[in-house]
Amino acid sequence: MANFYTDNPDLKHHLSHPLMQKIVELKERNYTEAEKFDYAPLDFEDAMDNYDKVLEIVGDICGNIIAENAEDVDHQGPRVENGRVIYADGTKENLEACRKAGLMGMAMPRRFGGLNFPITPYIMAADIVSRADAGFENLWGLQDCAETLYEFGDEDQKQRFLTRVCAGETMSMDLTEPDAGSDLQSVMLKATPQEDGTWLLNGVKRFITNGDSDIHLVLARSEEGTKDGRGLSMFIYDKRQGGVNVRRIENKMGIKGSPTCELTYKNAKAELCGSRRLGLIKYVMALMNGARLGIAAQSVGISEICYREALAYAKDRRQFGKAIIEFPAVQELIAVIKAKLDASRSLLYETARFVDVYKAYEDIAKERSLTPEERQEMKLYSKLADACTPMAKGMSSEYCNQNAYDCIQVHGGSGFMKDYACERVYRDARITSIYEGTTQLQVVAAIRHVTTGTYLSLINDYNAQEVSATLQPLKDNLVAMTAKYAEAVEKVLSVKDNQAYTDFLSRRLVEMAGNIMMGYLLLLDANKNESFVASANVYNKMAQAEVVKHADFIANFTPEQLSFYNA
Amino acid sequence: MSLNIIVLAKQVPDTRNVGKDAMKEDGTINRAALPAIFNPEDLNALEQALRLKDANPGSKVTLLTMGLPRASEIIREAIYRGADTGIVLTDRVLGGADTLATSYSLAQAVKKFGNYDIILGGRQAIDGDTAQVGPQIAEKLGLPQVTYAEEIVELKDGYVVVKRRLEAGVETVKAPLPCVVTVNGSAPECRPRNAQRIMKYKYAVSPSEKEKLSDDKKVFVESRPYLALEEWSAAYVEADPEQVGLAGSPTKVKAIENVVFTAKESRCLENNDEQLEELIQELIANHTIG
Repeated sequence: MANFYTDNPDLKHHLSHPLMQKIVELKERNYTEAEKFDYAPLDFEDAMDNYDKVLEIVGDICGNIIAENAEDVDHQGPRVENGRVIYADGTKENLEACRKAGLMGMAMPRRFGGLNFPITPYIMAADIVSRADAGFENLWGLQDCAETLYEFGDEDQKQRFLTRVCAGETMSMDLTEPDAGSDLQSVMLKATPQEDGTWLLNGVKRFITNGDSDIHLVLARSEEGTKDGRGLSMFIYDKRQGGVNVRRIENKMGIKGSPTCELTYKNAKAELCGSRRLGLIKYVMALMNGARLGIAAQSVGISEICYREALAYAKDRRQFGKAIIEFPAVQELIAVIKAKLDASRSLLYETARFVDVYKAYEDIAKERSLTPEERQEMKLYSKLADACTPMAKGMSSEYCNQNAYDCIQVHGGSGFMKDYACERVYRDARITSIYEGTTQLQVVAAIRHVTTGTYLSLINDYNAQEVSATLQPLKDNLVAMTAKYAEAVEKVLSVKDNQAYTDFLSRRLVEMAGNIMMGYLLLLDANKNESFVASANVYNKMAQAEVVKHADFIANFTPEQLSFYNA
Repeated sequence: MSLNIIVLAKQVPDTRNVGKDAMKEDGTINRAALPAIFNPEDLNALEQALRLKDANPGSKVTLLTMGLPRASEIIREAIYRGADTGIVLTDRVLGGADTLATSYSLAQAVKKFGNYDIILGGRQAIDGDTAQVGPQIAEKLGLPQVTYAEEIVELKDGYVVVKRRLEAGVETVKAPLPCVVTVNGSAPECRPRNAQRIMKYKYAVSPSEKEKLSDDKKVFVESRPYLALEEWSAAYVEADPEQVGLAGSPTKVKAIENVVFTAKESRCLENNDEQLEELIQELIANHTIG
């Protein structure tokens, strides 16, 4: 009886972070809901025990059902019949298990039937699900859309739709079109207002994950004649209304169990969510941030299975008279996989906690006005979340790809065959650095936190924390890396009026900041928990080399050299 | 139609992953080394009960178990998965029971419970593997019994239609209610624990467990009546002391032998077709394979 939560003590380490006390108190409004709901916690310990117990259910389902089905789902995949998606058998079984276990509205308030979990334990569930089957995480994780509906829908919409989501209906976010991928401002799907206040949607959407879901959030052009993002609004389309059909599903490289649909809208009746014209500039941005955190979790889950598969194989496989894990070359591969896994997981939960604090304040602000101190705190955490989300998504998705590559490397020729899970994982990993914004777009979102100093001040906060004497050398290294980073930032900023130059070097600066931040996070993990000491050391070494590499590149790069890349 | 469903279940040592410390020197089970679990086929039975409940809103599923006071652990487990409540039949005098005494005691508890429509249980428990308790309870209560059930196809108008998994195929039978149905391991697996239910019922306690709680927690448990599990004694179910426990058990263990499997005849073969063929022929001849 495998359990993907209890077999991984690292998860509990991250769940028991000191900031959780504050998060849970805010989220639970000082535990006042216990009088109204029989499953609401009585106090902090009770709430934490609830998270623990529910994650154990997640770990049980993941270990015994979802992971067991992953291979068949990958082979069978979904299909389209008469404009509707039929999931693979294993996918149906997975969804049914998640519904029966009541895991479909984890972060939604109790009044809609949700569990009212903070983002942190919810993201932990996403991490666990992704280890079992990254493709299934897409279907399960689309409950994220409920968060956007909760934030921007009206009370009536919340009552009608969120209760259905919590009861197990699935969602999708219909954003991209054939000519509007990364550039969502170009969305053309047409929304026409009707006299009764509803809207009719007409057009095509492409690359829609779980496009045959029960409840869709749709980005459409409500303002005729407009061409940019300000003419777009967000709509809720209920499948029960009819009018949207699945024309085809994509034949993908990985995450094959998750249907990626092309949708045709023919006079599909929909309702407006929130205000007109704010569809892209406000709501989709919020949706995206949630989704990016979800992809970061997916990436971490993928890294977790890479680590486990590589380690198990290396212990089992014998060559030259001994298990291959005895060879330093293999040891390095596995140690680096683990270090990247631990580093990205640390950053994932750090980010999740930041999101939790500001979202809890935002929600409280709907009920009463915040005190000036609370407002200030909300602003601070909102900024930190905004800075860390693209960093976590960008870095952890790149890491999980590297880990999947190295996992196959450990397997040697066998890894190239379809016989081992690593082959599927390798294909599944590939999308993480592409969807919900490519790594290049994460850099675009992150770079302003390099230039405005958000990352540096966070790094300084980490540096202010004491660590044990044995870990001090790691900290000294990080201090030296920070100096190099600051120097590189200064150099780039000193070149004025050359956007191309700054854009060109952004990735390197963001990566440097990421290396240092994760270096500190692992250092602090190691300071609390022995089991992270090895990873903290391995990552420190790796990060040091990376920072030096980028620093050298930037120091030696002149604006004139740009032309060689522009041939 | 709402039903009153009893599920018979047992807390058993997990004999599926037996290590070398599973048995004590004297040949009895070393319970400390084996985690206590919900008997697997009883979970299959619980799933059938929960499906009946899904199909018949307003139905009530009660888990009935005989064992040590700690057996209330499996009642909570059943409640997390969807059962309504549970009863532990526990008493020192019930200890050491064989299947005859166990089925007598449980039948007495069922009589005390009264007013039930159907009794479900697993085919057998993994510690004894007798498959006798369910059928014996049916006999003692004078009820029809259906064994090896894989699916309850239909329940209406006072009868139940059940698919039975037999060695040579599947048999579909019809029985009048109330009756006893024992469920096979090939029936669908039990649904997972439910998140809301685990949060709601995690403080559910039996009277003996409640005694050990702090005063605050006692007050809390009392304020929520659904958190009270029941514990019944032999006297409460009006069991005849002569027919329960060791006294009521004609089965006596004559001797226990410790059988240790060892590889006695390891052999090295040359990596060639002749030697492999020879080995295969030998294995076919002694019926190891083929």
